[in-house]
Amino acid sequence: MLTAFLLFWPALAGLLVLLMRGEAAKKVALGAAVIEFLAVVDAMMQFDPNAGTQFELNLPWIENAGIAFHIGMDGISMLLVFLAAFLVPLIILASFKHDYRNPGTFYALILFMQTGMIGSFVALDAFVFYFFWEVALIPIYFIAGIWGGERRVPVTFKFFIYTIFGSLFMLVGFVYLYFQTPGTHTSDLSAFYQLALSPENQSWVFWFIFLAFAIKMPVFPFHTWQPDTYTEAPTTGTMLLSGIMLKMGIYGVIRWLLPVVPAGVAQWADVVLVLAIIGIIYGAIIAIRQNDMKRLAAFSSISHVGLIAAGLFTLNMQGLQGAMIQMLSHGINVVGIFFLIDIIFRRLGTREIKALGGITQYGKAFTICFMVVLLAMVGLPLTNGFVGEFLLLSGVFQYNYIMGGVAGITIILGAVYMFRMFQRVMFGEANYVTSKFTDLTATEMAVLIPIIIMIFWIGLHPNTFLQISEPAVRDLLTIIKR
Amino acid sequence: MTSIILLSVFGIINLFLGFLKSNRILMPAVVVFLAIVFGVNFIDWNQGPQTHFNNMLVIDNFSVAFAAVMVLSMLLILPFSRSYVTDENPHLAEFYSLLLFSLVGAIMMVSYENMLMLFLGIEILSIAMYVLAGSHKKQLRSNEAALKYLLMGSFATGILLFGIALIYGASGTFNISDIASFSSTQPAGLLPMMEVGVLMILIGVCFKIGAAPFHFWTPDVYEGTPTIFTAYMSTVVKTAGIAAFYKLVWSVFPGLNEFWYPTLVAITVLTLVIGNVGAAVQNSFKRMLAYSSIAHAGYLLIALTSFNDRSENAILFYALAYTVATVAAFGVLKLVSDQRGEEGYEAFNGLGKTNPLLAFSMTVAMCSLASIPLTGGFFAKFFIFGAAIDAGAVWLVVVAILMSAVSIYYYFRVVIAMYMRDAEGERIAVDPFAAFMLIVLSIFTILMGVAPGLFNNLL
Repeated sequence: MLTAFLLFWPALAGLLVLLMRGEAAKKVALGAAVIEFLAVVDAMMQFDPNAGTQFELNLPWIENAGIAFHIGMDGISMLLVFLAAFLVPLIILASFKHDYRNPGTFYALILFMQTGMIGSFVALDAFVFYFFWEVALIPIYFIAGIWGGERRVPVTFKFFIYTIFGSLFMLVGFVYLYFQTPGTHTSDLSAFYQLALSPENQSWVFWFIFLAFAIKMPVFPFHTWQPDTYTEAPTTGTMLLSGIMLKMGIYGVIRWLLPVVPAGVAQWADVVLVLAIIGIIYGAIIAIRQNDMKRLAAFSSISHVGLIAAGLFTLNMQGLQGAMIQMLSHGINVVGIFFLIDIIFRRLGTREIKALGGITQYGKAFTICFMVVLLAMVGLPLTNGFVGEFLLLSGVFQYNYIMGGVAGITIILGAVYMFRMFQRVMFGEANYVTSKFTDLTATEMAVLIPIIIMIFWIGLHPNTFLQISEPAVRDLLTIIKR
Repeated sequence: MTSIILLSVFGIINLFLGFLKSNRILMPAVVVFLAIVFGVNFIDWNQGPQTHFNNMLVIDNFSVAFAAVMVLSMLLILPFSRSYVTDENPHLAEFYSLLLFSLVGAIMMVSYENMLMLFLGIEILSIAMYVLAGSHKKQLRSNEAALKYLLMGSFATGILLFGIALIYGASGTFNISDIASFSSTQPAGLLPMMEVGVLMILIGVCFKIGAAPFHFWTPDVYEGTPTIFTAYMSTVVKTAGIAAFYKLVWSVFPGLNEFWYPTLVAITVLTLVIGNVGAAVQNSFKRMLAYSSIAHAGYLLIALTSFNDRSENAILFYALAYTVATVAAFGVLKLVSDQRGEEGYEAFNGLGKTNPLLAFSMTVAMCSLASIPLTGGFFAKFFIFGAAIDAGAVWLVVVAILMSAVSIYYYFRVVIAMYMRDAEGERIAVDPFAAFMLIVLSIFTILMGVAPGLFNNLL
């Protein structure tokens, strides 16, 4: 029941917010998101990492087709639900300074999207998963399409068609698997785990399902929608997309791909790893050349996600646990960086690196926050970025040391583009644009402080979170290696 | 059976009610008539197959279910006829009567047991539609539509009749179960005759449902016909055609599987590609809907070709979801085009601001047609794909999903126009009955998307 509450509460609150106007909508949405967060914290307190899937709910949905509304959380789901519940209030709070048209609709869509995302994290039935996977997409399409920048219409349209295209393939894959289950057929996760398809069939089913996840993450070469969408979407939308939604793709691989078609994974792991590593280097190199800060962060995200994807397909404990912790870290950091960029943009009206400089002189607190988030992104020890990157790289090294070596370049390249941006934006002479900069307000601090706390928490004591997902990851690996 | 009789009687009563020359009496009367027929229709539900007219018609769950879908779609369409069928119109009653009569034909098409009944059904349906297509007498395009539809339609019916005659020549019977048992014996000498007959029937029926390459009449006729009747054509006529086709494939052709199967698969692929790609390049929303109806005929044909016990439920669910969404789309189109005088995508600009209700129901309809979850259209495609994958036709499903991705492009163009472009036109006045119907349609679509268990596996 707890899971069901976590799942439907945002949507119910969203219906209420839909009817509200002006400031009230913001506040009610924030309140709802905070309640959701508290409920998730409560769930985490009750959660026993070693007890497998918990808070299960299994109701018949389309009975005559063997499809059940089956939801529940194991350690992997728990962490991602936590991430979603942690970030959404911050994302809503981060948008307080903006005056969006029709705020009721805007904030309702954010909450609807949260339901979609949490739904895909807790689903234990293939079609329930698919259902929420798509339900999460529709709100973000409207958020980006209605409240985005100048080129929003074509850009979000491309994003929308691209992702739906991928998911339709996933649907076919699921329907195929469904018909392979014995008896009257069922789409339950456990039944999918027990399927033993022939390697040839696993080979194509792998691509059908992986395509959807690869587009969502995105893995090179399926990333072409991402930089434009991240840039054109309103910052709130960008945060939702990069902070939480792309984790749906990674989570999908962990839950619905690796254990379901292990032989297919074995056949294609090398290819995916190479693609992922190309993505790491490619994203980083393009990021170095960017002038728009938001675009830079978008490409850096491709690079980071590439490393997570590489870790997934190593199929070892370090790789998968690294992916888990890095999902958390990346979500937190990327929301932080997009928010900081948004602050600059809102004050100065530009995000162009060339036009900025010398902001340190006008915003001390801002500089400190920016620095911390930046170092976390770069993966400095003591910050959350380090833990994830270290585990992921050691996972890739175990798999293949050449791949590990090449992937390791990300640490250097990451430092290059991040420090280059920081140097040009924050240091140097202030010009007439940047001299208007004012330091952080209380609301903005309220967003950044939780982020910084989390950065150090995960950096100093990652075990709080690692231990939650560890037994679940171990179980998963036994299923895969069976 | 009662429904056929009642519909005919009501049609005639309606003609006499025409003397009153008042739409305020006629329209509610027709709504009541249809509601009665809808209810009475279910008397035959779960009664087992009942034969009528010397074994020429069989009423079973299949025919009852499809008849219900068709009566329901007419009920849903009627509220939008207000501004078209007005008191000044001298032929007020005839329109309603023709629609009622055509429903008789449609029900015959889903309950035939004899090839002649199929032919009669198609003719009763078609002749009423020829007249209705041209009912905008003073408009050139409406006349063109009627003429085109009549010429091409009679030609196709002719071919169908040839096919029936050839099969009769080979098998010596019009009864479909007799034909089936005859063809399953694979009579060597008469096989070519059977095959030509089957091919001709295939062509005739494909014409009626607007499957490629027999679709050329569809866009022009749909565009020229008054919107309200276009909605009727693309829902009731299509549903009747597909259901009739299903009966043919299921009961007449099995013996000749190897012969018709490749042909039908080719037609299916062609229909999917032409329908979707054709719709993507249209600038008129109404023309797009015409092509989209071709595309949906393609999806329905997938269920036909998969040819297993999932097919009929999949078709029924699809027909229902498609009907509800299409009626909503045409309904909004009608309201918009009546007052903005355009049928292009631009007519919808800024509708999200001026008329949130219209924009919302249009969005739900488009999502359903584009098969996005939370709407009936999603599960409709899901069941169709399930039937096909169960039959092992994964590649056909891949073609279909590639085309579904294309379809999102054209369905969402109107959503973009409504929500992401600035308003040009005024607020559109919507009469309460139509507004109520739009809400009902949206709720129904979402209900089918959230609780599909209520509507699947009925047969």
